[in-house]
Amino acid sequence: MPIEIEVNGKRYPVHYPPDTPLLSVLRDELRLTGTKYGCGEGQCGACTVLLGGAPRRSCQIPVSAAAGKPVTTIEGLEKDGRLHPVQQAFLDAGAFQCAYCTSGMIMSSVGLLQSNANPTQAEVVKFLQGNVCRCGTHPRVMEAVRHAAKMMQERGR
Amino acid sequence: MSNVERKLFVEPERYEFTAASIHQFDLARRDFFKILGAGIAVFAIAKDAAGAQETAPGHRSFHNEELPKDISAWLHVGEDGSVTGFTGKAEIGQNIRTELTQTIADELRVPLESVRMVMADTALTPFDAGTFGSRTTPTMTPQLRRVSAAARDILVDTAAKEWNVAPAGLVVADAKVTDPGSGRALTYAELARGKTLAQNLPAEDLITPPTEWTVAGKPIPKVDGRSFVTGHHQYTTDISLPGMLYGKVLRPPSFGATLASFQQSEAKPMPGVFVVRDGDFVGAAAPTEREAQEALDAVKAEWKEVPQISNKELFAYLKQCAAANTEDRFRKQNGSVEDGLASAAHRLDASYTVAYIAHAPLEPRAAVAQWADGKLTVWTGTQRPFANRDELAAIFHLPESSVRVIVPDTGSAYGGKHTSDAAIEAARLARAAGRPVKVVWTREEEFTWAYFRPAGVIEIKSGISGDGTLTAWEFHNYHSGSSGIETPYVVANQRTEYHAVPLILRSGSYRGLAATANHFARETHMDALASVAKMDPLDFRMKNLSNPRMRAVLEAAAKSFGWPRKKTGEGQGFGIACGDEKGSFVATFAEIAVDKKSNAVQVVRLVEAFECGAIVNPDGLRNQVIGAMIQGLGGALFEAIEFENGRIKNPRFSSYRVPRFRDVPEIEATLLDRKDLPSAGAGETPIMAVAPAIGNAIFDATGIRLNNLPMIPNGLRPA
Repeated sequence: MPIEIEVNGKRYPVHYPPDTPLLSVLRDELRLTGTKYGCGEGQCGACTVLLGGAPRRSCQIPVSAAAGKPVTTIEGLEKDGRLHPVQQAFLDAGAFQCAYCTSGMIMSSVGLLQSNANPTQAEVVKFLQGNVCRCGTHPRVMEAVRHAAKMMQERGR
Repeated sequence: MSNVERKLFVEPERYEFTAASIHQFDLARRDFFKILGAGIAVFAIAKDAAGAQETAPGHRSFHNEELPKDISAWLHVGEDGSVTGFTGKAEIGQNIRTELTQTIADELRVPLESVRMVMADTALTPFDAGTFGSRTTPTMTPQLRRVSAAARDILVDTAAKEWNVAPAGLVVADAKVTDPGSGRALTYAELARGKTLAQNLPAEDLITPPTEWTVAGKPIPKVDGRSFVTGHHQYTTDISLPGMLYGKVLRPPSFGATLASFQQSEAKPMPGVFVVRDGDFVGAAAPTEREAQEALDAVKAEWKEVPQISNKELFAYLKQCAAANTEDRFRKQNGSVEDGLASAAHRLDASYTVAYIAHAPLEPRAAVAQWADGKLTVWTGTQRPFANRDELAAIFHLPESSVRVIVPDTGSAYGGKHTSDAAIEAARLARAAGRPVKVVWTREEEFTWAYFRPAGVIEIKSGISGDGTLTAWEFHNYHSGSSGIETPYVVANQRTEYHAVPLILRSGSYRGLAATANHFARETHMDALASVAKMDPLDFRMKNLSNPRMRAVLEAAAKSFGWPRKKTGEGQGFGIACGDEKGSFVATFAEIAVDKKSNAVQVVRLVEAFECGAIVNPDGLRNQVIGAMIQGLGGALFEAIEFENGRIKNPRFSSYRVPRFRDVPEIEATLLDRKDLPSAGAGETPIMAVAPAIGNAIFDATGIRLNNLPMIPNGLRPA
């Protein structure tokens, strides 16, 4: 019996071996390539997904450990053609250059704002410390997270 | 055109450029219309390339190191009014796709949304030497303007003929030609319909001056931004083709190692798994990356290694191995340094070092290769698609017309993606497997088998008079390169020399090249001289500077920063640095704080003023400038490649520290928009003055002079 995982609300049988990193299954087997490989050691955050609602480095998680917990990738944020507030905020702030880190930045930020709706600057820095951006867009990412928090609070009201 | 402009030499630190440039057109005009449909097309063809166009495919028009001053660009206006610009430049995160789109929209007088750029595809775009050296803005934007202006003229002429009026009185705006006399109007789409008009770029065509730009000069957001925040953009690493296999390469244990023996596992390889040995190359292709790795793990390979030096012996070794004679073009002398030193009231000599650092682009080197009917197509994230194509053609003994290299918008490069390594590996494996193959380097491979920003030693001898005027300046750079080597300060007696050294680690371009090293040494030294002269660092620089553009960025940064500043806290320090390179000017001011107990240095605030002529996209520019400042923090403070016996000792993000959120200070960029000056590039210069500004601030706080990059890899050690 192949493992089954649930990604973005859809169930998929997994044929890759159970100790395969979730990242490889998402990208190569399920062709959900928005989640990026950056280092393979959980140090850059490019592969961040939500696992059971919490941001996790998918390169460090064997796919077997993802069975039974819903996985959300960058592709699962958009709803009915409408961007998630964090995606919209990154777009509005122009918080990218090459944008290879962007999926991971957005997923980490979504994870942060789910657990802390109104983080301080220091909390954002601490939370995103594990996400590398080599282009140096950090100040814009900070701005995007602030903006997203505001949008989400307004929408939630 | 001056001789200097004509001879735009490739700088020596671009060690990775071993192959000569090749000019050749793949796309005949009839094909052009076949692909894009009827309409109006304008071709700007570089002079060097024009000759090649008349010859057989694959002909190489020149073999020297010079870059052409003129570069090619094409433009097509379709029957539906859609506009397509063609350039061999690549989008690698510098946001040039947006800037070029704006440029065409501006000059052709069409809405931004109707313009599409086709970039960096050797089968579809004109030849281009590569996306490097801050060259795209100064060379490609004017060229696209010229083709756009020419297309506009064709459209006006077509309308004038239609109406039987003089073209001079017609007005163009919003993708329409209007006759103000009669009120008649024809859209570009109507004018292009049924036409196959093609023309070469006229010799002289007036382009719109920056003061009259309407779409250019505006902070237009990144084209296709939405595809990046949704994860839909396909980088090279994301491409998947039917039947595609994953490739892995067996890496030698150390640099320069050769394969002494090779034995494949006795077990029969799994179906669909291919192991290839070709000389010292051993690779595998398999349906999954894991199976490819397992196939390599089963290979018994023995390697013959060669002894190599370590980073500990590096700097002495560099000086020892320097060429006895410098090429003339890397030596410059004015007046007599000896006389200048003899007449100096104060002398100061110092030596500086710069470590090897890695680009570490977040998208590692990658390629997808596909063979069909003897032709090879490769998707790869490279800054030099045409050079990649030529190298692939040479390796696989193909005519260049049988190789197509396509560059998807790429996950950054910073000068690090000039070579064809991953493309060659994927192509070799794909040929053996008879199926498409994708090769994606691991982070460790990226840190080890790419190339580095060269290390270097810099020695300076200098003298100043009693009033702080420079009297002598002697500057030697060993190995790291000649970019930004000439001092912008006025010195009657000076000698500047770049000393080539044979490669130790594979080295090449990096954002700013050696300008970062040379500016670090010079601006640190200038600060030390200001201290000797007991002058304010800004006053001392101003006293020895005449260039008004340099003075202007210093003044602007001083104003934003609030220089001079009184210290308000313990361990506080302020430092400044400035420089110019590739036609743009920068001044960076830094505030740092040293924790007295732990000796930890915190960069508190960075203020930079930058001027690159007329600004094409202020938002994109600000992003580039601030990005360069943040990237510069790494090389300034802690980035260094450690190596021993041909092995990289810190080939991971867990052992090679790059700037992260906690390292980012309060940061400001002041952009000076000089609409009276041609636009220069901005990818590199903004990184140059970061390290010396911080170093000078550390000196201001502590009295400790840090002459080696990185300055504080292990924190600040008290003097």
